[in-house]
Amino acid sequence: MKSVVKQEVLALNGDEAVAYAAKQSDVDVVAAYPITPQTIIVERFSEYVANGEVETEFVCTESEHSALTACLAASVTGARAFTASASAGLALMHEMLFVTSGCRAPVVMAIANRALSAPLNIHGDHSDTMTERDSGWIQIYVENAQEAYDSVIQAFRIAENTDVLLPVIVGLDGFTLSHTLENVHVLADDVVKKFVGTRKFVNVVNHEGKTVPFKLDPDNPTSMGPIALPNYYFEFKRQQEEAMKNALKIIPQVNREYSEISGRNYGDGLVDPYYVEDAEIAIVCLGSTAGTVKAVVDEMRADGVKAGLLRIRTFRPLPVEKIVNTLKNAKAVAVMDRSMSFGGEGGPVFHEVRHALYDTDKHPHIVNYIYGLGGRDTSPMQIRKIYEDLQKILRTKHVETRVQYLGLRE
Amino acid sequence: MTSKEKSWKEISPAGVCWKASTQFLTGDWKTYKPIRDLEKCTRCLLCVLFCPDGAIRWKPEKGDIEFDYNFCKGCGICANECPAKAIEMKLE
Repeated sequence: MKSVVKQEVLALNGDEAVAYAAKQSDVDVVAAYPITPQTIIVERFSEYVANGEVETEFVCTESEHSALTACLAASVTGARAFTASASAGLALMHEMLFVTSGCRAPVVMAIANRALSAPLNIHGDHSDTMTERDSGWIQIYVENAQEAYDSVIQAFRIAENTDVLLPVIVGLDGFTLSHTLENVHVLADDVVKKFVGTRKFVNVVNHEGKTVPFKLDPDNPTSMGPIALPNYYFEFKRQQEEAMKNALKIIPQVNREYSEISGRNYGDGLVDPYYVEDAEIAIVCLGSTAGTVKAVVDEMRADGVKAGLLRIRTFRPLPVEKIVNTLKNAKAVAVMDRSMSFGGEGGPVFHEVRHALYDTDKHPHIVNYIYGLGGRDTSPMQIRKIYEDLQKILRTKHVETRVQYLGLRE
Repeated sequence: MTSKEKSWKEISPAGVCWKASTQFLTGDWKTYKPIRDLEKCTRCLLCVLFCPDGAIRWKPEKGDIEFDYNFCKGCGICANECPAKAIEMKLE
């Protein structure tokens, strides 16, 4: 697809691409605390503030817990809020992640995915965001710096959609994406500003019985997120689930609308399939690893092997129907997990893809590869080995080991 | 729970209150109810000051105090503080 607007090519790493997108997205408040490998994001953003390139209120907080709290507070007043974190920083935000989604505050947060201690490790894996899988945030995992830029812009539109009103995490692999320079096509400031637009508010009935906009406003007082006892708490949680279901419709809409301007789309915004329509053997993965897998798929296809890739871009809400449809011809599937669910017989992506395929007529063989923990490199050779394992499963119709560790010294 | 309570489709998001807090009666939380002995009570009003819920009020027109059982949660602080031992906590 061709872009309808002029775009500039900048040399940016993933973090810089995120900061640039946030700069163009007319953000009112950024509250942040530095942590590797995210630091460049807020560092760049603070430079934009210092240089007067943005009118954003930049709040340096004493911890990540406070950073997200400040973003939440700004967001519920109707402001657009953004932050970034990783690893232990995200873990420290844990409590406030639930408060933010529960208050239906459309905060956008970039996570430069990083391992969790101990032992201490600053490198990339998905342990941090997978731990927050059930916190009520939309989760988008990107493949490259370009997608990081595009996804942050899209994230504001998704989060603030009045049928959604959920916070969004945009996850980019630590170092592999966060610190690696790429040519990134950027839209003009006014194009992005127009695309993200301004926040709109649903109406709610307040305690005085008046219909008021859903935001904290002294002229139209409301209270948000106060106590809900056993007679109402459950109903509010059901609303959040409905918002996730709505996001399954809104994310493809935003992806389409964005592609009409930029010429770039990521599958349908939920899943990004690569030669998977007729694939007999398929890999499912998230994030930057998809780039490596695509190169191997090209090689295998050149050899006449029906290999394919399904990259799950949106992990929350999980696009169950899309996963099922996309993998409908696959006879053997390998799911790659860049985190562990200790004692859970495989990683979280494996569990969910396997769950999605349970109700299908044709059950493919499905195996799991835990890989890349703590930033361990994953080579095309290793990916090829996975496809060869799947070919063997097809030949023997037998799965020897359900869960394997890729690139681990035995 | 009663059938009068709203479904998830009928309520505002994020727990926005559609009634003032005074309309959410919390008196049914209590297990013990304070009962005052009118003979022993000296109307010193210490219980009014100590009640953490403001559920004991001085009524000037009556020249007496009144328990608001719609909000009394039965904590028993009034009975504990009463110098005349005029308040007894009775199982509801």
